[in-house]
Amino acid sequence: MFETLTDRFEGVFERLRGRGRLSPREVDAALAEVRLALLEADAAVEVVGRLLDRIRTRAVGAEVSRSVSPGHQVVKIVHESLIETLGGRAVPLVSGRPPPAVTLMVGLQGSGKTTSAAKLAYLHKRAGKRVLLVAADLVRPGAVEQLALLGERIAVPVFSDSRSSPVPLVRAALRRARREGFGKVVVDTAGRLQVDRALMRELAAIDKAADPEEVLLVLDAMTGQQAVSVARGFLEHTDVTGVLLSKLDSDARGGAAISVKEAVGCPIKLVGTGERPEDLEVFHPERMASRILGMGDVLTLVEKAEQAFDEQRALEMADRVMKAEFTFDDFLEQVKGLRRMGSFGEVLGMIPGARTASADPQVIDREIRRSEAIIRSMTPAERADPKVIGGSRRRRIAVGSGTSVQDVSGLLRQFGQVRNMMKSLSQGKAMPGFPGISGFGLPGGAPGPAAGGRRRGRSPGPPGRRPRTPKKLQKKKRKR
Amino acid sequence: MSPVGWVLSAVAAVVVVSLIVWMVRSRAAGSGALPTRGRGERLDDSSRQPGVRQLGMRMQALLSRPGMSEEVWQELEEELIAADMGVEAAGLVVEAVRRTDPPGADEAKEVIRAELNRILSGVDRRLRLDGDPSILVVVGVNGAGKTTTVAKLAARLNESGHRPIIGAADTYRPAADTQLMTWAERVGVQVVRGRSGGDPAAVAYDALQAGRARGAGAVIVDTAGRFQTRHNLMEELSKIIRVLGRDGDRVSEVLLVMDAATGQNGLAQARRFVEVGVTGIVLAKMDGTAKGGVALAVERELSLPVKFIGVGEGVEDLIPFDGPVFVDALLSPA
Repeated sequence: MFETLTDRFEGVFERLRGRGRLSPREVDAALAEVRLALLEADAAVEVVGRLLDRIRTRAVGAEVSRSVSPGHQVVKIVHESLIETLGGRAVPLVSGRPPPAVTLMVGLQGSGKTTSAAKLAYLHKRAGKRVLLVAADLVRPGAVEQLALLGERIAVPVFSDSRSSPVPLVRAALRRARREGFGKVVVDTAGRLQVDRALMRELAAIDKAADPEEVLLVLDAMTGQQAVSVARGFLEHTDVTGVLLSKLDSDARGGAAISVKEAVGCPIKLVGTGERPEDLEVFHPERMASRILGMGDVLTLVEKAEQAFDEQRALEMADRVMKAEFTFDDFLEQVKGLRRMGSFGEVLGMIPGARTASADPQVIDREIRRSEAIIRSMTPAERADPKVIGGSRRRRIAVGSGTSVQDVSGLLRQFGQVRNMMKSLSQGKAMPGFPGISGFGLPGGAPGPAAGGRRRGRSPGPPGRRPRTPKKLQKKKRKR
Repeated sequence: MSPVGWVLSAVAAVVVVSLIVWMVRSRAAGSGALPTRGRGERLDDSSRQPGVRQLGMRMQALLSRPGMSEEVWQELEEELIAADMGVEAAGLVVEAVRRTDPPGADEAKEVIRAELNRILSGVDRRLRLDGDPSILVVVGVNGAGKTTTVAKLAARLNESGHRPIIGAADTYRPAADTQLMTWAERVGVQVVRGRSGGDPAAVAYDALQAGRARGAGAVIVDTAGRFQTRHNLMEELSKIIRVLGRDGDRVSEVLLVMDAATGQNGLAQARRFVEVGVTGIVLAKMDGTAKGGVALAVERELSLPVKFIGVGEGVEDLIPFDGPVFVDALLSPA
């Protein structure tokens, strides 16, 4: 599977540590990896070449500062180039048109237009606007009913007439909007292929009738190499003002975002991140760049944790982690919560740099089950204070859990070490990093390149480099 | 709760994951002790992974050889990637062709065609209808085209005299059952519906009961769209399939509907959906410019046969997958 770019680059630059500048040959070796990463993320073949040329120009001759590895340096350049390509800053929605200001939702079948229309209406509503939804998808069976139900849910009126046709329907909707003083009108249109001439002409007619301030192309984040052709096709017939990237709550890397922005120049304005009406967010280029490069997604991790863990318990748990009071019971509870977040492989994938080849999710799962069995064979007193577990208790636990005394001892020892790490974390020291997890970065801890624009602390060292064993821990080990 | 709190809880979660990974690692290393290594040493040398180093060696070998130039090979590879076949599958195909040492680009393309056809051979693409009634469950991510596929499938089975009945087990999406009812009316088959927000497994079971009572030959169950990453929803799907087998019935087919425009996420989808028992793929929306190359990557990796493709918005627009035709389209310029 995919490893993070940082990891890959480390191999390329292994022998280059300490050199002054990046030579063209070194950069090319690294760029071969970047190419793979981008293509695996579904960035269009035609835009990858151009992107690489730009990155090459920036990287060749770039000074490698003493404090970072060349691999890290290139990742930084790639990351920055991607952010730039994606538009640098978030592009706001058009505003300032006299009411009723119309937004047209367009796109392929199944891209998520109807759901997105309701979300956008809700966004406007929360901004204090009076919104009218218009169900102008008269093709797909149930589309009008779906929008009506969604409108009901967010308390936004829905205008429709299934016996009409789109152009007169939109005109009628605008008359009503003017009469009743609606500030914003969001029009859902039927899904259509960009190569369907008749339907694209119809779309152009709707566009003309609606005179929209905004035409949003709803694009599925899972879209592959077709993204460019789709965007071009729609742009040919309507003045698309922006892209709404839907279904970003999937685990698609979303290279389509780059394809569209780079090939067509259409800014990505919004992203759909879930099934609830409020799951529509402003597009963040730096988040997207990290995602495309497979650099983990700490924010998604945080969001998932939000869904999986009980608020109060999570706070208590975090507090105990900080105070290094983490017990085996807490461990069990955390494992339960993690299961709710998805498979361990997924969770691992969201931790920058943690997804490496040797961390086989299935092996991990087996290991977790074994650990759980061992812990379940402990008495409550033992779980709270593992220090009381002596030789005979270890034997009992091993028998009870169907494991060996070595397994029990191993778990106890590792648990002790983890508590020590937690202690050093809580004392404001950098997260020491765990052996084998390179590039272990977290907000507040040691942010990696994945944290990109959203890093919160100072980066103590280049993630991706093999973590060093903290001095403190080494001392403890020697004592043992 | 403050965002800081959530970040902290995520930290806690990460700590646990890390602990586990670490335990696995140290077990593999044969000791529970913290390994101490020098700074330059790498714990896992990713460049030694297949694919990464291979690429470098391959280039070396090629550049030192006359005949086909590196550019041509890269172009061929990119052609396959542009059809959404993915870097890995495309690379392996090109690699296989390389070994045959074709004299020119056109010959190379012919060998690629043969290689793709080889990948697509050896699987059974027939729709299994071996129950009484046969049970077919249609699954997929949001917006893939499940409901439309269900209707088309019903039309097909109706045509061939299987008297199908549809279970509208997408109780989540607003008006999903309305959509299905409209289609069913066109096709002329019955639909068993549940309450909006109700238990989809119960609806599926009801549909099976009704199908049996009414002497239907096939029961087609439509399910709500779900991303393969949503643990609970995947569990729900397992439950639907389990409940359908409660009376000793066997689910004949679990069809994963995939949008032909899907990129490499299609592989991730297939990998996870296979775990809940998917038996085949329906490639929807093949009437656009999308070539559905990811299905080839899926078949190569998982031996999961593509059974049908959707080619339009009419009820008759679901046709059996034809490997050679698919390959021809894949290799034709966009």
